[in-house]
Amino acid sequence: MGSYISNTPEEQREMLSAVGVPDVESLFSHIPQEVRAGELDLPAGLSELEVRRKVTGMAAKNRVYPTVLRGAGAYRHYIPAVVKRLASREEFVTAYTPYQPEISQGLLQSIFEYQTMICALTGMDAANASVYDGGTAAAEGVAMCRERKRTRAFVSACADPQVIQTIRTYCFGAGTQVELIPEREGRTDLEALKGLLDQESACVYLQQPNYYGNMEDAVAAGEIAHAAGAKFIMGVNPIACAMMESPAACGADVAVGEGQPLGLELSWGGPYLGFMATTKAMTRKLPGRIVGQAHDGQGRRGYVLTLTAREQHIRREKASSNICSNEALCAFTVGAYLSAMGPQGLAQVATQCMSKAHYFAGELEKIGLKRVHTGEFFHEFVTTCPRRDEVLQALDGAGILGGLPVEGGLLWCVTEVVSREELDRAVSIIKEVCGA
Amino acid sequence: MKLIMERGAPGRHLDLLPPCDVPQVTLSRTRQEPLDLPQVSESELVRHYTELAKQVYGVNDGIYPLGSCTMKYNPKINDEMAALPGFSQVHPLQPEGTVQGCLEVYATAEQLLREVTGMDAVTFQPAAGAHGEFTGLLLIKAYHRSRGDAARVKILVPDSAHGTNPASAVMAGFQVINIPSSPDGCVDVEALKAAVGPDTAGLMLTNPNTLGIFEKHILEITRIVHEAGGLCYYDGANLNAVMGEVRPGDMGFDVIHLNLHKTFSTPHGGGGPGAGAVGCKELLRPYLPGPMVERGEGDLRWAVPEHSIGRVKDFYGNFAVVVRALCYLLTLGREGIPEAARNAVLNANYMMHRLAEKYPVAYAGPCMHEFVLSLQQLKEETGVSAMDIAKGLLDRGIHPPTMYFPLIVHEALMVEPTETEDKETMDRACDIFLELWELAHSDPEALHAAPSTTPVGRLDEVDAARNPVLRYQKP
Repeated sequence: MGSYISNTPEEQREMLSAVGVPDVESLFSHIPQEVRAGELDLPAGLSELEVRRKVTGMAAKNRVYPTVLRGAGAYRHYIPAVVKRLASREEFVTAYTPYQPEISQGLLQSIFEYQTMICALTGMDAANASVYDGGTAAAEGVAMCRERKRTRAFVSACADPQVIQTIRTYCFGAGTQVELIPEREGRTDLEALKGLLDQESACVYLQQPNYYGNMEDAVAAGEIAHAAGAKFIMGVNPIACAMMESPAACGADVAVGEGQPLGLELSWGGPYLGFMATTKAMTRKLPGRIVGQAHDGQGRRGYVLTLTAREQHIRREKASSNICSNEALCAFTVGAYLSAMGPQGLAQVATQCMSKAHYFAGELEKIGLKRVHTGEFFHEFVTTCPRRDEVLQALDGAGILGGLPVEGGLLWCVTEVVSREELDRAVSIIKEVCGA
Repeated sequence: MKLIMERGAPGRHLDLLPPCDVPQVTLSRTRQEPLDLPQVSESELVRHYTELAKQVYGVNDGIYPLGSCTMKYNPKINDEMAALPGFSQVHPLQPEGTVQGCLEVYATAEQLLREVTGMDAVTFQPAAGAHGEFTGLLLIKAYHRSRGDAARVKILVPDSAHGTNPASAVMAGFQVINIPSSPDGCVDVEALKAAVGPDTAGLMLTNPNTLGIFEKHILEITRIVHEAGGLCYYDGANLNAVMGEVRPGDMGFDVIHLNLHKTFSTPHGGGGPGAGAVGCKELLRPYLPGPMVERGEGDLRWAVPEHSIGRVKDFYGNFAVVVRALCYLLTLGREGIPEAARNAVLNANYMMHRLAEKYPVAYAGPCMHEFVLSLQQLKEETGVSAMDIAKGLLDRGIHPPTMYFPLIVHEALMVEPTETEDKETMDRACDIFLELWELAHSDPEALHAAPSTTPVGRLDEVDAARNPVLRYQKP
């Protein structure tokens, strides 16, 4: 049995004697016998080496693809060595939420820097210290926009299906009505949206680029939302933010997104990070922790958790959200990643993603696959694919995770880590299967 | 200390990517404003964060007796296993056949936690304790709705509960009814009886409660709620006191959340990521968020419960955190799990016994894994508050206990040493607590002025909230 208990049996006896009880059982004697568990049906504890063998064995049952051409909400990007090293520093890893600011300045400052960088990326005025992921960030964004007389949320059908489902679940709790804005040829049907909005509409949620990788007319969507007195929420890919018009420039009241592309491992879906940013006017509606600048009695600059009057530990049932733990270490990692990349580096990642995706789409079209949608896309796109299962199987055999099966074909994604040779190899495999 | 934005120079950068090997394209409508991110060299970047790291206090630095937070040692093997490429490089949308190891992590962890908690099913989708509460409450809501019992709109919450409980209940669309505590710190059973009725959806309870006291009438409490037609929710924040000794399922709870980042040793990361596994009895299983891992013929696969409330987040939860918790469960096993709880309780009682020499304990009697001191009398006599004592501890290298919680105790300090602290560390901490008691009487000003050895002194939080500066802006 492994154990992390420090005290020896002799020390435990000393402590018991100091407390004045004969044994540890005496400290449990006030618990009713009826609820005491007997010996549990669990395996015996293991040594560290045994745990290593067992868990390494589990990891070995997973397939790690050398080439990944699948995204749909989780993306394999290059993570600089320096980012991984910094994010594993145990001072940060083993700390709790910084309730004692005087001994937590490093942590608080790292979050303040993260908030600053999320504002830079989105163009918004204020960001929080993170929520669980992109889906919950979108759901919390919808909650921010609900007003007493505005209780209907309009969500683009072209948003990530998992994000839509998460919004629906949160709205089931809050009693907010969720309506889907229909899709038209791979994009949100903005004409239809105009007819849907009314005085009870709280917000419009648009994903940019959308689930199919297509660029939406976000400026127009924002104008339609605002014309009806509704708020405009944009769910954005943070890498694309280096290249596309920022949420602020598109008129967003709330900008949210999945932070995983910014230096976080795929890790089979988590932990990731949801970023949230908003305008000055809505800052106090943000859920979760927020770090602010403060000064001590000597005028020295420091950082604290601030605007806590919104939060559960102060306001209980009147809190704006229940969030307590967030994804602080992921926020730290994102801060380190964005600092490592800098403006040129992030722009380079965005350009390479988009360029490689377009190269790949062009090569696929040359062998007879067709893009299902027209118009601009970023680093994801949908193509038709005859003999889809065989194509995926053939790619799999070559160590390539192909596009995600979606209605109409495959949703492909290309990032900067995929080389032209890998793309060419994928194309030739697909060509062979499809016999073009 | 400089911000990263105040370091560097225009044009400084790291060389990370090769040149683009395909023709470059861009969007027709592009970003107009400059992308104002730091421009630093790699060595500058490392030095910046290394400097920040020197101004953080983690479990690696010393005792962290933060009540209700269970800041136990974070075993390093767990981090190493979670970082295995076979886990960290796996895309969440890979075919089931290629992620059998990930599914096995969930299936194994679920099986172990079902036994530890006495529940019938466990989901790992919720990312934190509060997220688990929200999920559990939605299960309760869906359950009543499915029975056409729409009148059950109230959730009962003791006044000693964590703030997340009432906040989660409201998010799930319930009204919150506060139940007072009786003089012994436990739920006032008569008040509970008076509060339940046909509008009761359920009760949320932490046991042992936030005063570190085991609710000895627990079976009566859960029976009262069940007889009124409500369900019982167990907030697992304090499970470390009783894991392996008492199972929530045997106490009459229908649904629970576990904080894997507390009880099961995964690191807190400065506030997250955590994991808020939710367990439930058979009657709530059909409503669990999907997908759940299911055993197929010779393999593991996903299945969505029949009446699922839907997703509460993208993908499957904080997987890498669950890997760590699984390593911990495997390490401790049958004997180690109750042994950890017993030592957590012993350590807390030892510290309480030593501190009670000077500090009044809010509720007498043996405690479980934590206890609450009330410094009200000290404050009246000397003017020194719980906050002052906490700041005095900072100067002496000790992380303070949880302050001003639970709300029903004035000038509260809530102490939870956990089982991984050794006797001499606790003795040293107790000596310092007792010295501070003396100092409060001999030189209260010194404590009002604390801390003096930290990088900054007490920060003006009122001004920070009144005039919020939430990001750096170039002068």
